[in-house]
Amino acid sequence: MLELKNITKLYNPGTVNELCLFEHFNLTVQDGQFVSVVGSNGSGKTSMLNLICGSIEADQGQILVNGKDITGKKEFERHRSIGRVFQNPAKGTCPSMTIFENMSIADRKGKGYGLGQGKNRKKAEKYREMLRELNLGLEDKMEVKAGSLSGGQRQALALLMATMTPIEFLILDEHTAALDPRTAELVMELTGRVVKQKQVTTVMVTHNLRYALEYGDRLLMMHQGNLVVDCAGEEKAGLKVEDILKTFNEISIECGN
Amino acid sequence: MALILSVLEQGLIYGVMALGVYITYKILDFPDLTVDGSFPMGAAIAAVMITEGMHPLLTLFVSFAAGGAAGMLTGIIHVKLKVRDLLSGIIMMTALYTVNLRIAQKANVPLYNKETVFENELIRGLFGPLESAAPLIVIAVITVIVKYLLDWYLSTQSGYLLRAVGDNDTFVTSMGVEKGRVKIIGLAIANGLAALGGCLFAQQQRFFDISMGTGTVVIGLASVIIGTSLLKKASFLRVTASVVFGSVLYKACVALALRYMKVIHLQSKDLKLVTSVLFLMILVIAQERKKKVKKNA
Repeated sequence: MLELKNITKLYNPGTVNELCLFEHFNLTVQDGQFVSVVGSNGSGKTSMLNLICGSIEADQGQILVNGKDITGKKEFERHRSIGRVFQNPAKGTCPSMTIFENMSIADRKGKGYGLGQGKNRKKAEKYREMLRELNLGLEDKMEVKAGSLSGGQRQALALLMATMTPIEFLILDEHTAALDPRTAELVMELTGRVVKQKQVTTVMVTHNLRYALEYGDRLLMMHQGNLVVDCAGEEKAGLKVEDILKTFNEISIECGN
Repeated sequence: MALILSVLEQGLIYGVMALGVYITYKILDFPDLTVDGSFPMGAAIAAVMITEGMHPLLTLFVSFAAGGAAGMLTGIIHVKLKVRDLLSGIIMMTALYTVNLRIAQKANVPLYNKETVFENELIRGLFGPLESAAPLIVIAVITVIVKYLLDWYLSTQSGYLLRAVGDNDTFVTSMGVEKGRVKIIGLAIANGLAALGGCLFAQQQRFFDISMGTGTVVIGLASVIIGTSLLKKASFLRVTASVVFGSVLYKACVALALRYMKVIHLQSKDLKLVTSVLFLMILVIAQERKKKVKKNA
């Protein structure tokens, strides 16, 4: 279970540009839940993910994982139990290293990096099998550098690598936003499959309202650091794109957009 | 013949240092000026230890360790104290000047008639009448060992992280590893190698001079750029070999330039100017090549 308790976050405190993004923000995510988060730009979606991952620190409040306070833990420590896929496909892999090398590194996550062989040759077949399941023809490109793959291929690989080791949370930060519609569809389908297979608690930020409805069992809409929509289960299943689009437009118009 | 021999000897010695610069410049993407201080630090340590009558082989390990400590400090200044990469190197380089003077006690230490790694009981016994070729062979053996050790390290899990951190440091954080620590390790190894190069250089030249480190980073960068751009090889592991080769090639260019300098009324005191002009030329030629490759692709 993931809990954000009473989070307050100010940007540029003490200056004229002071911006209060979160004020006493609360959120609880149950184990195994797949949460999709939508909202306009600057509504705090990505900041929320950054707070969970430790990329930014809250000014006040606590972040609890299974009841344990992780607020003081550093970003890299938190990532041992978090898999994260970024909007920018280049961020999830090492461009100058081969797919095989990338996967070997990802496989060591949480186990430490010593003076053993970098390439995990014993698992080469297993990696190939995992790549075959992506259906992108990557299984024949194990020795190809990740930097020469297309955005979609890289994102699929990044998703695969983020979920290779046992993790508690999967954090998806607009991970289909930089892809063309067809590839985005593909990566999204893959995401659905991976989350179902691994039963991992997932928080996904997206600008695609349809994905937010189709995938996941809980939907959040954020606006100015608050949750304006929070529905799960049956209620969410009954939602239509038009419904959330209407709410979305209402809050946007309020702002004068 | 003597010229070729000295080019090969010095090229291989600077090759060890260039391998260090390869780690910082190419792998870590960190413009590290510490080498200008850690190279003469190795030389100072060699000079003092040999003068004190210690075994010359021991100097290699002590120099590497001391250089590693200097690199680690640069890393700590950069990572923990959050000073910009270039400035961290400059701070350490300047500080090391004094440290080196303190180690050597003097600005100049001659090492004539002393036992070195190139000239000692064992070497004389091994090579006998071929003694004049001994330094080159010893240097070649040491350089090859260092190259293979570095190749080995870069193929380990820890070495993979080092390659990853210069490439994409967010990725290293995602792997649950503190990226700063990986950078510090990389800087330590790089400066350890630079000091080891300096240690060998002092023994080959048979003296230590406080100013012998000036311009080390330029020589290192030139070697790395010759090695990685002009002698581009497909496979990753060969890059280390081409960096060493680049260093030899660079030394050959300098030697040739020095030889024909008289024609254009340059003197040996103009060496540093020649060094930097050569470096500039190499940079420009490397750029040209890149453009051509792009056009043809």
